[in-house]
Amino acid sequence: MHLTVEVLSWIAKILSGASARWVDCHPDTCQRVYFANHTSHLDALVIWASLPSNIRRFTRPVAAKDYWDKGFVRRYLAKSFNALLIDRKEIKVHRSPVDFMIREAGDVYSLIVFPEGGRNTTGEMGEFKSGLYYLSKKRPDWEMVPVHIDNLNRVLPRGEFLPVPLLSCITFGPPIWLEKGESKVEFLKRAQEAVMRLKDN
Amino acid sequence: MQPTSWYLWGWAFDPWLDQPTVIIMAIVLAILGIAYFVGVVIHRQPESTVNPAIVQAFNLRVRAWWLMFVILTAAFLLGPTATVVLFFLVSFWALREFITLTPTRMGDHRTLFWIFFLFAPLQYILIAQGGQMYDVYSIVIPVYVYLFIPARIALAGDYKRFLERAAKIQAGILICVYALSYAPALLYLKYQMDGEPWVGSRAGVLFYLILVVQIGDVSQYVLSRFWGRRIIAPAINESRTWEGFFGGVLTTTLFGAVLHGMTPFNAWQAAFLSMVTAVMGFAGGMTMSAIKRDRGVKDYGTLVEGHAGILDRIDSLCFAAPVFFHLTRFLFADH
Repeated sequence: MHLTVEVLSWIAKILSGASARWVDCHPDTCQRVYFANHTSHLDALVIWASLPSNIRRFTRPVAAKDYWDKGFVRRYLAKSFNALLIDRKEIKVHRSPVDFMIREAGDVYSLIVFPEGGRNTTGEMGEFKSGLYYLSKKRPDWEMVPVHIDNLNRVLPRGEFLPVPLLSCITFGPPIWLEKGESKVEFLKRAQEAVMRLKDN
Repeated sequence: MQPTSWYLWGWAFDPWLDQPTVIIMAIVLAILGIAYFVGVVIHRQPESTVNPAIVQAFNLRVRAWWLMFVILTAAFLLGPTATVVLFFLVSFWALREFITLTPTRMGDHRTLFWIFFLFAPLQYILIAQGGQMYDVYSIVIPVYVYLFIPARIALAGDYKRFLERAAKIQAGILICVYALSYAPALLYLKYQMDGEPWVGSRAGVLFYLILVVQIGDVSQYVLSRFWGRRIIAPAINESRTWEGFFGGVLTTTLFGAVLHGMTPFNAWQAAFLSMVTAVMGFAGGMTMSAIKRDRGVKDYGTLVEGHAGILDRIDSLCFAAPVFFHLTRFLFADH
């Protein structure tokens, strides 16, 4: 299982030519939420592979259960990457995804999330869902690290299964926190801008 | 003197690497090594009067060349097939850089897939089959792939900026794959000298081309820097001047003539070929500068990490290789 992960992340890295840039942010094992724009199936894998290996071990991608729980291969992959599967369809008050993420992450793991919910097709970033706000509200000690994924949608666009080996770039930006008295809308807008700003950095 | 065979795996070739070639390669590596050492020493001197930015740029450049020549030497020692594979990898990476910087649309995805994984390798597989495949490898890309590209894009059903998208992909595969593949194709020519089959090293001819192209780049750059006054096209490239161009072509011609011993050409022929090579190298550099300017970047490698990309290093070779190959094939080879 460990080997699968290593091999896959090497393949993803070579195929996507991903270079990782850290702008006003450094790799750290402290608990973080990496939130990124979602453009391709490879996103989580490539972000994960761009992290240094000592941080990778404590980082879990958050993925949709309805997609990753289907079939042997997907389930095996989700398990290999220690993915946290969220049920998008049956969101109930007593089983809220945010509480589930916080419980699963414990005091050890960092998470990779895509607050847009699904992959955007146009290349424009969609509205952020509120989960990120509740995460930062319930765990103010976690660092919210914006991540911008550039060009990966051209490597493997939506609905394609054959990749084209272009060069992509993963940019990690300075962490943000929920400010005192900041409303949900304001925070989500600020988070989205934090990702956007990394594009031209 | 009997030419010594140095090859490990290149059994298909009689004199794959001979002594003059090996000596010249060793000299080039030594010069680059010394240049790098000098650069590092100057860089360490705190009170040197030289601009540190220039020294650092010089050091980076020298290190890139050194690495390039070491890899090339390693490929030569492994034989012709390894050399072709090396050029394929360089092509592949250059094409990545090219397509990454030229915007394509989602409808181009499948076309690009075939370009990267079928046509680019195919060109080099054909090259490695030897000179008798010339009739095939010289037309596959500029005829059949050129027709395939717009047709495949049309099938994808997206007509926006159709011609522009087709032209971008065509330019990418022409420059990065087709043109560059003529460099390793030099390894498979049946060279003639004074009507007799030439017994020198084929790897040496390829090394000669690369060396002449690099000398052309460096001499144009240095002469432009010190004596350049009239900039050729300021909107395209601010560092290329007419003085640098003419001076560089002249310098390259002289060097090329001096080094004729490793080729099947006499001094005059070598001078002529070197002159053409220098002019074509210049044309390649200008063309790639224009594309970069259009895309608003300085180097093809900016996406990768602050340093220049592979395409910045091989642009002159891409333009020089086909012309050098064809002139050599028509004038100095048996086919």
